[in-house]
Amino acid sequence: MLSERGAEAMIVAGGTDLFPNMKRRQFEPKSLVSLRAIAELQRVTGDADSGLTIGAGVTLAQVSRPPVIAQSYPALARAAGDVSTSQLRNTGTIGGNLCLDTRCNYYNQTYHWRKSIGFCMKKDGDICLVAPGGSRCWAASSSDTAPVMIALGASVRLIGPRGERVIPVDELYRDDGKDHLTKAADEILTEILIPPANGLRSVYLKLRRRGSFDFPILGVAVALRLAGDGACAYAKVVLGAVGSRPVVVPQAESILIGNRITPESVESVAQAAARLAKPMDNTDSVLSYRKKMAHVFTARALKEAAGLP
Amino acid sequence: MTDELTLIGKPLPKVDALGKVTGETKYADDLAMPRMLHAKILGCHYPHARIKHIGTARAQALPGVVAIITGADLPVKYGNLPVSQDETGLAGDKGRFVGDPIAAVAAVDEETAERAIDLIDVEYEELPAFMSVEDVLTKEGEPIQDYGDQGNVHKMVALEFGDTESGFAAADYVREDTFFYQGNTHLPMEEHAVVAHYTADGKLTLWSSTQCPHYVHRALSKALAIAPSRVRIIATPVGGGFGGKSDPLPHEVAAAKLSMITGRPVKIALTREEVFYAHRGRHPVLMWAKTGVRKDGSITAMHFKTFLDGGAYGSYGVASTYYTGALQPVTYKVPTYKFEGMRAFTNKPACGPKRGHGTPQPRFGMEIQLDKIAEAIGISPVDIRRKFVVDENSYTVNHLRITSCALGECIDKVAAASGFNDKHRKLPFGKGVGLACSSYLSGAGLPIYWNNMPHTSVQIKIDRGGGVAVLCGSTDIGQGSNSVLAYTVAEVLGVSLDAIQLTVSDTDLTPIDLGSYSSRVTFMMGNAAIEAASKLKKLIMEAAAEKLQLPVEALAAKNNSIYCIDDERRSLTFAQAAQLAEAKHGGLGAMGSYTPPKLAGPFRGSGVGPSPAYSYSACVAQVDVDPETGEIKVEKIWIAHDCGRAINPLLVIGQTEGSVYMGLGEALMEEQDFRRNQHKIPSLLDYKSLTMMDMPEVETILVEPIDPEGPFGAKEAGQGPLLPVPPAVANAVYDAVGVRIDELPITADKVLKALALKAEGKEPRVGPKGVPSFVFPEPVRVEPHPQAPKLRGA
Amino acid sequence: MKQLIKLRVNGEDYEAYVPVHKTLLEVLREDLNLTGTKHGCELGECGACTVLVDGEPTLSCLTLPIEIQGREILTVEGLAHNGTPHPLQTAFAELSAAQCGYCTPGMLISAKALLDHDPHPARDDIRQALSGNLCRCTGYSKIIEAVELAAERR
Repeated sequence: MLSERGAEAMIVAGGTDLFPNMKRRQFEPKSLVSLRAIAELQRVTGDADSGLTIGAGVTLAQVSRPPVIAQSYPALARAAGDVSTSQLRNTGTIGGNLCLDTRCNYYNQTYHWRKSIGFCMKKDGDICLVAPGGSRCWAASSSDTAPVMIALGASVRLIGPRGERVIPVDELYRDDGKDHLTKAADEILTEILIPPANGLRSVYLKLRRRGSFDFPILGVAVALRLAGDGACAYAKVVLGAVGSRPVVVPQAESILIGNRITPESVESVAQAAARLAKPMDNTDSVLSYRKKMAHVFTARALKEAAGLP
Repeated sequence: MTDELTLIGKPLPKVDALGKVTGETKYADDLAMPRMLHAKILGCHYPHARIKHIGTARAQALPGVVAIITGADLPVKYGNLPVSQDETGLAGDKGRFVGDPIAAVAAVDEETAERAIDLIDVEYEELPAFMSVEDVLTKEGEPIQDYGDQGNVHKMVALEFGDTESGFAAADYVREDTFFYQGNTHLPMEEHAVVAHYTADGKLTLWSSTQCPHYVHRALSKALAIAPSRVRIIATPVGGGFGGKSDPLPHEVAAAKLSMITGRPVKIALTREEVFYAHRGRHPVLMWAKTGVRKDGSITAMHFKTFLDGGAYGSYGVASTYYTGALQPVTYKVPTYKFEGMRAFTNKPACGPKRGHGTPQPRFGMEIQLDKIAEAIGISPVDIRRKFVVDENSYTVNHLRITSCALGECIDKVAAASGFNDKHRKLPFGKGVGLACSSYLSGAGLPIYWNNMPHTSVQIKIDRGGGVAVLCGSTDIGQGSNSVLAYTVAEVLGVSLDAIQLTVSDTDLTPIDLGSYSSRVTFMMGNAAIEAASKLKKLIMEAAAEKLQLPVEALAAKNNSIYCIDDERRSLTFAQAAQLAEAKHGGLGAMGSYTPPKLAGPFRGSGVGPSPAYSYSACVAQVDVDPETGEIKVEKIWIAHDCGRAINPLLVIGQTEGSVYMGLGEALMEEQDFRRNQHKIPSLLDYKSLTMMDMPEVETILVEPIDPEGPFGAKEAGQGPLLPVPPAVANAVYDAVGVRIDELPITADKVLKALALKAEGKEPRVGPKGVPSFVFPEPVRVEPHPQAPKLRGA
Repeated sequence: MKQLIKLRVNGEDYEAYVPVHKTLLEVLREDLNLTGTKHGCELGECGACTVLVDGEPTLSCLTLPIEIQGREILTVEGLAHNGTPHPLQTAFAELSAAQCGYCTPGMLISAKALLDHDPHPARDDIRQALSGNLCRCTGYSKIIEAVELAAERR
C-alpha cells in the first residue's frame, strides 16, 4: 500500500508525533498506513545475555517498565520513560520515537503562524529561518531514545518493497533537518536489535525545563563497559537535540578506551562533547546555555556510569 | 450575628463540585444547538498593516460556507474603559498584530469554516512595526492607534505625594535599581468559546466563557447597535479566567454578528493559539525604583518609574498603568512618594488584567530592593518589613484607606514556620531562603465606567416549600463565588445549603454584578447577599414571632427551623414560617446591594487603588540552586495570608495555593515571548507552565482579622497571594548563590550567567541596564492624606 | 471519507458514521454527546482529553476511533456507578480539588488508572502518574491530597 501511494501516504504507529504535525499541516498525507494491528511489531524478545529485540510498535511505556530493560539497559528505560507524559507513552511507540520528525520552533507551528512569518524550507518554503543565510535546514533531532540506541550499539531492521536490511541506528540518521532519516518513505522500521548487555553501564540525562511534557533540549546518552582491571573496554557518548541528528562524540572512544576512567579523562570528553554540540536558536532555552550544559551533562553522565563521585 | 456561625468558616465542599467531577457541568464549548453553525476567525498575517482589500469570493464559493464578515460589517468601536474605545471585533482599517482578527466565516462545520478561512484573499500594505517600548520611543512610523497621549504612548501618569526631595534628603541610605518583569499570559485550561443565537424576535442571546457578562452586555449592545433589552449574556461556567476573560473579546462580537446575519446559532471555539492572541495578560514592565531609608530601615521616600509594553489595544491598560504605582505604599509606611508611569502601544496582542493586575511587577522590584537595602544597612529582611508595617485604620500617603491589616502577624508566622531567621545567610552554598510581602485589593473601590449605582446586587425569592432562590450576576470562574453566595444566604436565613437554588451570571435574569475581577466578588456580592437575606429574614421572623407569640428577639433561625432560643420545642419549620410571612406580607422577595464607600482621593487618577479593604500576604521561598547548571529547585513555599475571615478555609487555601503556583510560574518560566514580530511560542508545549513534577509543597497559614466592612469580616484571597512569590524566589536565589536576577523569569541560563560574572569579580547580577530617558509630564503634586505616615523631623 | 465506527464506551456500545480522520475526542464530544471529556490544545500537550483505553490513560485528541474499535473506553461519565460517584470523584469534591473543573475529568481518569494499578500510591507516584495533566487553578496540592484520600477510603 505504501509503495502504491508513494509520497501521498505516511506510516502511522502511535500517532503521537504524526497527528499534531498533521493538525498543524506540517504533514499533509492523503492516506495513512497504520501499523497498529501488526502483532509482530508489538513484541519484546530475547534477554540481556543474548541481546534484546524490540518490535517497533512496542509503546514507550512498555519499553520503560520491564525489569530486563531497567536493569540491563537503564539508559533506555530512562529515556523512554522521560518522553513527554505517561498518556503519550501509552500510545507512542519506540519505532515512532526513533523516527520522530526533527523539531524547530519555526516549524512546529500552525499554518497561519508559518505563513505569517514566512514558510521555511522544511515545509512550503525555501529558506531556513534559523540560519537564513545558509542552504540547509537546522531542525533538531529531538528523540530521547535515539542517542541511547546509538550508545548501546543497536541496529534497526527496515523492510520495504526492495527487501530487508539491518543497519546500525547511527546510520538511520543523516545531518539534515529536512530529511533526517536514511529510511526510504516506503520502508517500514520493524524492530530494534540491541546487543547483549554484558556488563554495560548506561546512563541517559535529559535537559528540559519541566518534569514532564517537554522534548529534550539536550540529551546525553553514555554507555561504558569496564574490564576486570577497571580499564574501559567500551565507551560511547551520544548527544541528542543539539543537531539535526544524534551527535556521536568519538573522543569518548579515543580518550577512554583502554584506560581507567578518571575525572581528567571525563573532563576531556565533556569538553569534546560541548565542542561538537551545535544547538541552534530553535528550541526552548538559550543556545549558549545548552552548549554549556552539553559539557556539564556529559561529565555527569560519564561519572555516573563510571561510578565516579 | 457572627457569634455562632454554622456554615461560614467551615471547610465545606463547593456547591457546584459534583457537576464538575462528574462531567455534567456544561462549559461553553459543550453546548450544541439545532442548526448551529461553526465559525472561524482569520487573523492578520502582519504585525502592523493597512488592510487594503479583503476578497471573500473564493471562500464564499466553498460549499457549506454560510456567511463571511469583515471589519466593514463591524464599524462601531467599543472598549471596556470609557477612555479606551478602540476595538471593533474585526479590525477594519488595519491589523495591529499577527493574529489580530480581521474576518470570520460561519459554515456548517468547523472543518469547512477552517478551509474557507484559507480562501480569503487579503491585500495588505505593511506598516512599520513597534515591538517594544524602546521601538515606540525611537522608531518613526504611523502610530498603531489614533489616540493616546503622544504617538504610540498610550498613557502617561505622574503623581507626587508629599515632598520626595526632602524625603530622600532625610534618608541615611538611598538606592536606585532597575527591574524587568516579563509579560505572561493567563493560560486558562478552557479555550474561550461562545455560542450566539439571534432569534426571529430580534433578540440576541450569548452563552460565553466570560468573567464579566455585564461588560459583554454593554459592549455588544454598542458594537452591534442593539438595544440592551434585546441582548442577553449568559456566562457559562468558566474553565479558568485569571483576568483573561474579563474584556469583551472579538470572537464574542463576531459570533453575535454572524448569528444576526444568518439567524442561526453560531459557535466560535478559539484554538489554543488564538487564546494566546486574545491575551489581555500581564504587561511586560520595565521599572526604575529609588528608595531612601533611615538607619533603622524606615522608608523616607520612594520613587517609581514604570514602562508598560501594552500591546495593540487599550483594554484595561490605563488602569494597569495606575496600578503599577498605586499599591506600593499600602504595605509599609511610606511618608513621601512619587510615581511616574507610561504605557506604550505595541504590535502585539493587547495586555490587560492578569491576577494581581499591574501590581505584581512593582512588587517584584520593591521587595527585591528592600532585600538589597536591608543587606546594605545591616538589618534583617524580617525587621525592615515587620517594624514598618502600616497601621490598622490609617491612610497611605496616596490617600488609600486601610481598615484591617494583619501583615505583621503574617510576617511573624511565616518567618516562624519556615525557620527563616535560622536559615537566612546560614544555609550551605546553593540553598537559600527569601522573604517578600504584599497587599492587594478586595475589590476596586470605583467602577470602570463612572456611575453612582451599586457594584452588585443580589435578589432572593422564597417559595412555599422553603426553597430559597438566589439570583446574582456574579460569575463563578472556579474561585467558588457560587458557593460563597449560597453559604452567605443560607447562613443568614438559617437554612441548609440544599434549600438554596442559584441563578447566576445571566443578564436577563440576574441583578447586575460587575464581574469576577479585582477580587471584588466575595466582598461585594457577600455584603449584598447579607442585605437581601436580612430583609427577608426580618419578614419571616416577624411572621414566626406572631405565630409563636414571642418577641422577635427571642427567636433564632438555624437548620431550617425558627425556634425560641430558651425553649427549642417552640418552633416552626423554615417553610412554615415562610408561608406565614407570605400570607402576611405577600410574595417573598428582596434585593440587596453593595456600593463601596467613597474612597477616591482629591486628585486626578485617584480612582485606581482605593478598595474597601486590603488583603496582606507574607511569603518565604526556600530554593536549591545547582551552581553548575543554574537550575533552581523551589523546595518549599510558606505563605501567610490575611484574608479577613475565611468564609470557607478550604477555598481560601485553594486560592492561595493556586496563586503561589501561578506566581512560581511567572518567577521561573512563563513568558509571552515574541520573535520576528510575532508570538514565539503560542502553544501549551512551548509556553512553559508548571506541571505536577515542578510544583513544591506549599504551607498556607491563614491569618483572619475580622474586617469591619467585609461580609462576616472577609477580605480577598484570589490574587494577593501571587504577588510576594516572585520576589521571594529572587531573594532566595540571592541567599543561595549570591547572585541577583533582577528580571523575570529567573531561568537557569541567567543564574549561570550571573555566577560567571561573580567568578570574574564583576557585579553578580542579570537584569535591565537602565530605563529609557523618557520625559514624564510635571507631576501632579498632592498633599499627603492627613492621617498618612509622616516624615519624622520634617 | 466517512465510515461506520463501533465504539464501546463506559460499557455501552455506540455506532457513529463519521469521517475517518475525526479524533476520538471529537467523536466522543460531537457524535456521542459525551462532553465531559475536555480539550485544552488538541495536540497532546495538556492531558485534558485523557480517557482510558483498556485501562490505560490515552490522549483522545491523538487517537483515531477506527484504531480502537472493540476496546473498552472509559470517560468521566463512566466513573460513577448507578449514580454513586467514584471515591475519586467524592474526594475531589470534598477537598475542592476541582476549582474551575476543566482539567478535572482528565485528572480523574489518570488517577483512576493509577489507583487501579496501585491502590496505595506514594505521593511521588501520584505526581508521576498525573504529571501529564496540566491544571492552572489549584497548584496541584488539593488534587494530590484528593487522590490520597480516595486511596485511603478504597
